[in-house]
This record gives sequence, structure tokens and C-alpha cells, in this order.
Amino acid sequence: MSWFWANLDRIGELMLVHLALSVPAIVLSFVLSVPLGWIAHRYRWSRSVLLSICALLYAIPSLALFIALPAITGFGLRSPVNLVIALTLYGIAVIARTAADAFDSVERDVRQSATAMGFSASGRFWSVELPLAGPVLLSGLRVVIVSTVSLATVGAVIGVQGLGSLFTDGFQRGIQAEIVTGIVATIVLALVLDWIAVMIGRLVMPWSRPRIARKRPNPGESASRAEAA
Amino acid sequence: MNVILDGIAWILDPVHWSGAVSIPQRLWEHIRVSAAVLAIASAIALPLGALIGHTGRGRELAVMVSGGLRALPTLGVLTLFGIWIGIGLAAPVISLVILAIPPLLAGAYAGFESVDRRTIDAARAMGMREAQIVAKVEAPLGMPLIVGGIRSATLQIIATATLAAYIADDGLGRFIFEGLKTRDYPEMLGGSILVIALALVVDGCFAIAQRLVVPAGVRATRSREHRTGPVRLRADMGQPVTEGNHR
Repeated sequence: MSWFWANLDRIGELMLVHLALSVPAIVLSFVLSVPLGWIAHRYRWSRSVLLSICALLYAIPSLALFIALPAITGFGLRSPVNLVIALTLYGIAVIARTAADAFDSVERDVRQSATAMGFSASGRFWSVELPLAGPVLLSGLRVVIVSTVSLATVGAVIGVQGLGSLFTDGFQRGIQAEIVTGIVATIVLALVLDWIAVMIGRLVMPWSRPRIARKRPNPGESASRAEAA
Repeated sequence: MNVILDGIAWILDPVHWSGAVSIPQRLWEHIRVSAAVLAIASAIALPLGALIGHTGRGRELAVMVSGGLRALPTLGVLTLFGIWIGIGLAAPVISLVILAIPPLLAGAYAGFESVDRRTIDAARAMGMREAQIVAKVEAPLGMPLIVGGIRSATLQIIATATLAAYIADDGLGRFIFEGLKTRDYPEMLGGSILVIALALVVDGCFAIAQRLVVPAGVRATRSREHRTGPVRLRADMGQPVTEGNHR
């Protein structure tokens, strides 16, 4: 505990650095994944291509990607940009797939009604499809927030500072409190970002309150209802 | 591009293919540790997941445990056990087992849970005992999801075993850390390429296995449904966390 109080400044500083690494990666991967997911949803041929690329990316071990990426991009190994690019790629691998599912989850009847009401293709995307896909997109974003914050700590072994530095430093100097602090700080940071994402989600999607459980329609039930009608 | 060629040249250099710390030796260490960890973690997580999925009890707990453990930074767990246990293989093996449990557990309970309740009721009505329902109905029908859990756990193990070279003298990750220490980029790049190749080959094998374990009857129904309309197979087992966050 005494280690914790003595190093409060450094912990705070590393937390900020960690935020500066993970937040851009999270935002970038979300912004890039939405159009990718929409393309996968809209054009059948692109779906399998995109999802296979995502699965391949997802399979690549993080440390190996951190090392191999500079050979392709030309950024320095210890440059934060390198780490942000790698984390963004992992983020895309996760959300693009969820985004495709999210757009698929918008019912065809709804989409056709929107067209019938005179929405243009882009108007339909912004005012109908995107809002309805929102809750599923948010669930994908939340997964990426937790995994990105956790993955960014790996950067410490290649020399990119962040909360992971507490692990490498604590290991080399044999300070258990430092490592435990790092683990707790990483989890706290992930939870805070996750909470912020949920709050933003409630703000921009007031229709998806947590208590209104979004139950999947039961095919048997709707069929019998249709028969009754 | 010639940087990449340097890495490939490092791999192809015959000097690195013989001796005590050769590429085949490191590759074998990597596979051996990964297989051992997968076996231990499966022995713990799969029966537990089956029990939770079959009875439906403890589901919330399983979701919480698998979601919570996922937020754990792998490097933190590795270094913590490294300090506690010291040099040797015990620390990485224990950390890897802990980190492999969430995807295995999630895959197992999702697989058992995915079986239609009416199918299970039908099996029970036909006079099957609980053990028979588990072994002959739920396990085969849930197998694609269970294998999906094993697949993501294995990828996670291979990735973390690379990182485990930071605390133990074992596996392909050693090339990366030796290269980092001596600032020898071709060596670390060569090591990374080997790790990536290993992960992709293993992932490919699992992708095939996942297709093969779909029971013949289910496959027949699926292909018929495909003709009548677009059917989305819920096979995204890469991230079973969505289960936990979704509801």
C-alpha cells in the first residue's frame, strides 16, 4: 500500500498515457467498422471476404503484430502510432463483424417501410438503419473497450509506455504492489470507459433503456400469431 | 519491403535450424506448453460449462466470471505469477490456464444452452436419462459452439505463450525478446512471423474442425433453410463476451 501512495503521481501519469493510447484506437476502430459492417451487410459477396479477414486478424498474436507492423507501415517500433494502429486493427476485427450483424438485425419490413415513406438511401441509413442498429453496435464497442485497454498494456514490453510499464517495472524490480496496482488500474480504466460508452449510448439512444429487454422475436410465436390473424 | 525479407532471411538461415535454441526446438516448446495448458484448462472449464449449460444454474456467475477474467491484462497476470513462483514453467502455465478458462467456459455453456428446449424435452419424453441427454443430444448439437470456444482459447494460449517468454525461457517468444534486447530487428521479426504462422495454421485447423463437427442432420436442415431465405448462422464464437454484455 505504501508503494501505491508514494507513486500516485506516476500512476496518474501512466493512466493518462494509457488513455491517450487506447481511446484513439477505440474511436478509430468504431468509426471505421461501421461503414465496413454496412458494406458487409449490404453486399453479400463482401461479407465472407470481410469476415475472413477479421477472423485472420483476430488470430494474430498481439505481440507478434506489434513487432511485425513497423515492417509494413514504416513507423518506429517504439512509436505510439504503431501501437495505436495495431490496436485499431484488433478493434476493427471485433466490431466490423458485430456491425454487420447489427445492420442485419434491422428488419426488412422496417427498411421497406422507410423506403415506401420516401427516404432516400442515405436518409434511410442515417435515420432508420443506424439508430436501429445502435444497441448492437454499442455492445460491440463495449467488448472492444475492454479488450483494447487490456491489450495496450502489452505495448510495455516493446517499450511503449502505459499502464503496462507498471508490470515490466514491477517484475524487474520485484515489487508486487506495483503489478497489482497495474492490474487494478487497467480494470478500473476499462470499467470507466465502458460506463462512459453506456452513458453516451443512453444519451443518443433514449429508446433502448436497459429495462426494456430487447428480446429476440420467437419465430414460433410470430408464426402462430400470423395464423390467428 | 526488404525489412520483411530480412526477417524471412533470418528464418531461413540454416544457423537457426540447429543447436539448443533452434527454431524447431522453440516451436516444439511453444506447442508443448500450449497443448498442456489447453488440456488442463479444458479439464476444468468444459465440464463446468456443460453443467451450467445443462442445468441453467449459475449462468449469471459464469457470465460474470468469463467477462471479468477477460478484462484481466495478460501481462499483469504473467508478471504477478512470475514474481510469486519464480523462474520456471509453473508461472506461465498457471497464468495461461487462468486466461484460457473464460473462452472455454463461455463456449461450453453457450453450446449447451443453444440447444432448443423442445429438442431436450423430446429426448426426455423418449425416455433418455439426463446423462444420455447430455452425451447424445446436447453435446453433439452444441459441438460447433464448444469447438468455437476451444478455438478462441487456443489462439489466446498461443498468443499469451509468446508473451510468457518475458518471464520464462520458453517458446517462440524468446526470439522476440532476444531481438528486443539486442535491437536485432530481423530476429524479432522472424520470431513474430513464426508465431503468426503457427497461430494461423492452428486457427485454420479449428475452422475445418468446426465445420466437421456439425451433426449431419443439422447440416441438412441448414442447407434447406438457405434456399428458402437468408439465414444467419450464429457462429461468431470469437467473442462470446457479447453474451455477457448484451443482456
